[in-house]
Amino acid sequence: MALLEIDNLTVSYGKAEAVRGVSLNVETGRIVTVIGPNGAGKTSLLTAAMGLLRAGGTLRFDGEDISQLETEKRIEMGLCLVPEKRELFADMSVYDNLLLGGFIGRHDRARVRSDMDAVFDRFPRLAERRTQKAGTLSGGERQMLALGRALMGRPRLLMLDEPSLGLAPLIIREIFHIISSLRETGVSILLVEQNARAALETADFGYVMETGEIGHSGPAEGLIHDPRLIATYLGAGH
Amino acid sequence: MTAQIAAFLTVDGVTTGSIYVLIALGFVLIFAVTRVIFVPFGDIAAFTALTLSALQTKHLPGTVGLVAALAALATLLEVIRLARARRPGQIPRALLFYLVLPLIPAAAVWATAGMTLPLPVTIILALALILPIAPLLDRVVFRPIADGTVLLLLTVSVALHFALVGLGLLFFGPEGVRTEPMSDYMVMVAGVPVSGQTLMIMAAAVIFSGLLFLFFEFTITGKSLHATAVNRTGARLMGIRPERAGTIAYLLGSLLAGISGILISPVNTIFYDSGFLIGLKAFVGAIIGGLVSFPVTAIGALFVGILESFAAFQNSAFKEVIVFGVLIPVLMWRSYTFAHSEEDIDE
Amino acid sequence: MTSRRMQVSALAVGVLLLIAAPWVLAPFSITLMNYIGLYALVALGLVLLTGVGGMVSFGQTAFMGIAAYSTAWMTTVMHGSPWLGLVLALVLTALVAAILGAVTLRLKGHFLSLGTIAWGLAIYFSFGNLPGLGQNTGLPDVPPITIAGISLEASGRIYFLIWFLLLVAIWLSHNLLGSRMGRAMQALRGGTSMVESLGINAFGVKLVTFVIAAMMAAFAGWIYAHMIRYVNPTPFDVTMGIEFLMMAMVGGSGYLSGAIVGAALITLLQNSLQDWLPVVFPKSAGQLEVVVFSALFILFLQYAREGIVPFVAGLLPKQAPPRPARAEPLARRSQPTPGLPLLSVEAATRRFGGLVAVDEVSFELKSGEILGLIGPNGAGKSTMFNLVTGALRPSAGTIRFAGQDITPAAQRKIAQAGIARTFQHVKLRPRMTLLDNVMLGTHTRTKASFLAGMLRLDRAEEARARQVAMDDLARVGLDADPYELAGNLPLGNQRVLEIARALAADPVLLVLDEPAAGLRRQEKLRLAELLANLRKEGLTILIVEHDMEFVMNLVDRIVVMEFGRKLCEGTPAEIRADTRVQEAYLGGVA
Repeated sequence: MALLEIDNLTVSYGKAEAVRGVSLNVETGRIVTVIGPNGAGKTSLLTAAMGLLRAGGTLRFDGEDISQLETEKRIEMGLCLVPEKRELFADMSVYDNLLLGGFIGRHDRARVRSDMDAVFDRFPRLAERRTQKAGTLSGGERQMLALGRALMGRPRLLMLDEPSLGLAPLIIREIFHIISSLRETGVSILLVEQNARAALETADFGYVMETGEIGHSGPAEGLIHDPRLIATYLGAGH
Repeated sequence: MTAQIAAFLTVDGVTTGSIYVLIALGFVLIFAVTRVIFVPFGDIAAFTALTLSALQTKHLPGTVGLVAALAALATLLEVIRLARARRPGQIPRALLFYLVLPLIPAAAVWATAGMTLPLPVTIILALALILPIAPLLDRVVFRPIADGTVLLLLTVSVALHFALVGLGLLFFGPEGVRTEPMSDYMVMVAGVPVSGQTLMIMAAAVIFSGLLFLFFEFTITGKSLHATAVNRTGARLMGIRPERAGTIAYLLGSLLAGISGILISPVNTIFYDSGFLIGLKAFVGAIIGGLVSFPVTAIGALFVGILESFAAFQNSAFKEVIVFGVLIPVLMWRSYTFAHSEEDIDE
Repeated sequence: MTSRRMQVSALAVGVLLLIAAPWVLAPFSITLMNYIGLYALVALGLVLLTGVGGMVSFGQTAFMGIAAYSTAWMTTVMHGSPWLGLVLALVLTALVAAILGAVTLRLKGHFLSLGTIAWGLAIYFSFGNLPGLGQNTGLPDVPPITIAGISLEASGRIYFLIWFLLLVAIWLSHNLLGSRMGRAMQALRGGTSMVESLGINAFGVKLVTFVIAAMMAAFAGWIYAHMIRYVNPTPFDVTMGIEFLMMAMVGGSGYLSGAIVGAALITLLQNSLQDWLPVVFPKSAGQLEVVVFSALFILFLQYAREGIVPFVAGLLPKQAPPRPARAEPLARRSQPTPGLPLLSVEAATRRFGGLVAVDEVSFELKSGEILGLIGPNGAGKSTMFNLVTGALRPSAGTIRFAGQDITPAAQRKIAQAGIARTFQHVKLRPRMTLLDNVMLGTHTRTKASFLAGMLRLDRAEEARARQVAMDDLARVGLDADPYELAGNLPLGNQRVLEIARALAADPVLLVLDEPAAGLRRQEKLRLAELLANLRKEGLTILIVEHDMEFVMNLVDRIVVMEFGRKLCEGTPAEIRADTRVQEAYLGGVA
């Protein structure tokens, strides 16, 4: 069953349409990726799904229509976005960032503590730097902190916007390993990426987005060898 | 100027400066969380002093009506909003927060008006009555334009200040008040007489700065406020509601302003419009702190107090000119060092 | 044509009604009209400063006060004539405004407005405390103004002076807004980086706008002193500053007529409040006035920020002005010989704190070629772009343009040297027409000053600049409706409009930041065709782009960046075959 169903989603900025009638599904427990070049409307798609942007069309989460719900309600239902810019609390410690990640569960101290331990187990490097300010972390560590902070909220659907952005190849590899390993926690993932190969190797299913529309889609291992994908990226002529 | 005079002026300056510290911290708190430069903040301090004086002279303070009217207006707006968004389930909660809670102190003051009450009780009543004003104003005035530019919020804030000054005159009349001193203790420090009131003011500044520090350092609510201030989007994504963080900031700020109003009223005569100048001078301190740093703000506010004290001694006519004149170089310095520039002020 | 005639006749009727007013209206109404005129004059300055230039000032009353005190001092203490008072008022106000402007206009956004409150208060307190200015009691017995022996003591007489000055000020402002410097003023709201990229001295334009606004307040202050015939500090309080701001905003800041509409509305409202508030609240009318006023202003800012004039204008039928008559376009510069090095970047490095965004990148650009700068997100392309256009300074390395070292040059100077740019996030003025937006590009090629614009001495140059803009609109295919507002264009056309604006500067080098982002396929093809045509005309183009298909089919050479460094350089075919580039783009995990 689909955890998230996006049906005919449209986002416009004034007269410019960034997303035009996009429909896609994220099945429970799967990793689904949306790949596409800059300006394709991928970020707008996620931002709208989170309720931070006004959008047309229907959104269903776990069968319930959430199109009219405010962002905070969506978060309480289990949606979680790790945005492109990470949006960490730069002048606060790693520990405080994680603590705030568990804000919606703050009244259950035991839960927050055990979630925090789980995050530190998954990201030993964050444990080493728990008192360090988030703003002083390296790019890879920041991405780990962003992921860890998101996990603190016990999301059911994790939406990741360009987790590889600005990272060196080795670090990208590490981050995608971590994303793969999140499968075991049962969280469903909607992964938006420009780094097509890394995304498709991690995901179960892929959508290719270009100028606001879904071009084609299919199981990830099929897409990775699709000549149309290479055309989208390197412009070898249509 | 002799050393004796200098010491006297310093004590005087630190006293006024301590008052400015309390108000300036509130400015920074509210601005950081809501982006509103809450100009009427000084008025909140003055209203507390005037309310206290009214209670002491057994009058019903006009602020009771203000709180009741604001609560009714805020409730109305909130109920309309919830009805439009088809969320009637949330209406009872809205009624509790916007109507019942603010009306409790108003009812208490109304019921006890004319009674002779011990000083601490009147102080608590005055504070409790003042606390809901700023959060309710936030709901009625600022929340509909929360996405506006800092400049728009500032313009609205200035207009709001004038409305409150008008109401202040209506409620409290043109006469100044001085409340009963809380102690008649007096001590000589380095040949300068220091009153108990002065000591209390300084102590309050230290204690409340400390409490504010503890709040931000050790509570999840404090951290959520801090998070909202440094990264609003990030905070929202964690499920922190910026509106709620704003309400908490207004409440805490009002508490600081209220306390400073109560502490200053036995020392200085407070008029319905005294708040503006007190607030603006505290604001100079807040600007020195760049509207972000609490410790630098506190130092800045103390500096303004001392500057004012020495300026008044040198040339009493021009002390205001000097204090506000100082703001310009400070603003210039801050404008260059402040990261959040509003590069585009597009329509 | 008929609409123009209608406008002229409406204007004539309006002026006739104004002239007839003293014979028709009751004396009290004339007094009201006098106040409206005076306030409108101050509000007009605010319309230019705030509405057009985007600088919110609470301090206009201070300038009014300086002028009023100057003339009062000149006439009562020095026993000079009111005209000498006017000279002193204008000189002193201009001087103070220039100094305060030089200090505060460098402040950004709300800091600037806070600055105006600060000096507004400082000046206000000075009035009450400066010796020789009557302290808080003020200066009484200011004589009335006399013109050719006629005393303007009666309100029916000074009325003519007020409204004459106001109409002249509106006429001058109207001319100014339609001139080179007026366009620069309107561009200020688009942000400093856009304004400077057009070769405009943003600070200079701000300062002159500020002084002009202060001068209008000074005229109002001068008349005020001789009309009331008494000067004290109270009217020049900050309270009045917010009322002026309110007038400008309620009328519709950004619209000259908004000043009169706003001043009239607020003054009349104030007057009627004074009438009926005592009826409803007999005891507390005076106090409630300011409360009602502030509440109305807040409601206005919450629900109708645009103001009245734009609202009414939206209801009236619109008729576009006729297409401008043909004129000789501005002279063009000679393009350098093709094939010679035009831009050379040598080991450019840019650090942000510990992060090295651009690390020793070198490349060269020859006249007449199109060079593509590509790379994955975060590769440092945008930073490189900003280094070339002067929006950022390199931490190390040099950048030469046409043989000159432009490394330390300001953005404005680089624009003047012949580098024109576009922006990744389109920076146009949405409320200005296509034509005006493109004419902004001609700023470096024209000379008309503020004064020339006000007095319409710039018409010949304007016609030539307009022709350039029309030609460039035609070149990019947007000449169908030059009077359309830029904000009404779809995003694709907005990008194209930015290119037209850059072309209007007659550049040697055109630098484009992701021009194809967000364009549809057809739009991209058209854009590629346009750029290829420009290359034929001898223009050199540097293009930063993500869309590989677009770049590959267009450019002569490509520089690839990754992690702040130059990865490789070559022809499109070489780049496509390069395994390192494939790796960089499709991802390096496998």
